[in-house]
Amino acid sequence: MTEQDHKKIADLLKQTLSPVNPEPSRDLWSAMLRRLEQRPATKSWLAVMFSPASLASVPWFDWALLAALIIGLCIYPKSIPVWLYHF
Amino acid sequence: MELLEQPAEVLEEFAAGDLNAFESLFRQHQGEVYGWIVRIVRDPVAAEDLTIETFWRIHRGHARFDPRRSFGAWARRIATNVAIDFLKSARLREVPLDQDPPAESHSTRDAANPAIQREVRERAQLAFNQLPAKLRAVATLSLIENVPHHEIGEALNLSTAAVKSRLFRAIRMLRKKLANLDTSHD
Repeated sequence: MTEQDHKKIADLLKQTLSPVNPEPSRDLWSAMLRRLEQRPATKSWLAVMFSPASLASVPWFDWALLAALIIGLCIYPKSIPVWLYHF
Repeated sequence: MELLEQPAEVLEEFAAGDLNAFESLFRQHQGEVYGWIVRIVRDPVAAEDLTIETFWRIHRGHARFDPRRSFGAWARRIATNVAIDFLKSARLREVPLDQDPPAESHSTRDAANPAIQREVRERAQLAFNQLPAKLRAVATLSLIENVPHHEIGEALNLSTAAVKSRLFRAIRMLRKKLANLDTSHD
């Protein structure tokens, strides 16, 4: 990949994505105060842990490892005490 | 972007949980945090919400803040994480992962055609939106906003080499997706 390719992609993106105004359109302190006054959401750790966002953020190889572990335990159920000992 | 700094007393009061100190820091840094977030997510309305979310996390984490360190750098790291979380969720909501436009080749002679140019931009936008959030953040900051690599590294808690690697991967993915387009259309 050459510097020229790099520049071409950068130029294309600059033309594609419109520039943004880096200044907020209003003072956000009143919105911040409202947020501070809200009661914190009382979600259980289970709800947080198994929320779609949390599950979606788990890398695919972690799912593969989990699947391999479950399959291994199904094939060799006698290894369960060994795993329990180590954990 | 210049990181603003403030008296040590304000930082110490903030770390102790003082709301007035938090307000002072909020007012001083809201523009900088908003500006950083909007450059990553490129959506002014979402950026305002994400600025509030960033300061909410800052407020919740006041006890973890070390007053001897830079508040601006800490806030920027949190803002970057908030923006990347937003990009991840937006990507899941809006763009199916296997959505690729049909491959068509456009030659230089088509470049002057406004319809072709529009299609090129649409495909570039789609390819950009399909980048993984972490690569997209680096690509936006580096390629569009021309933020120096070391500054991006500080915000993402990465080395400069890791930033360059992510940028390289982002460009390679974009090139792959735009392989059939003539990007020298202008």
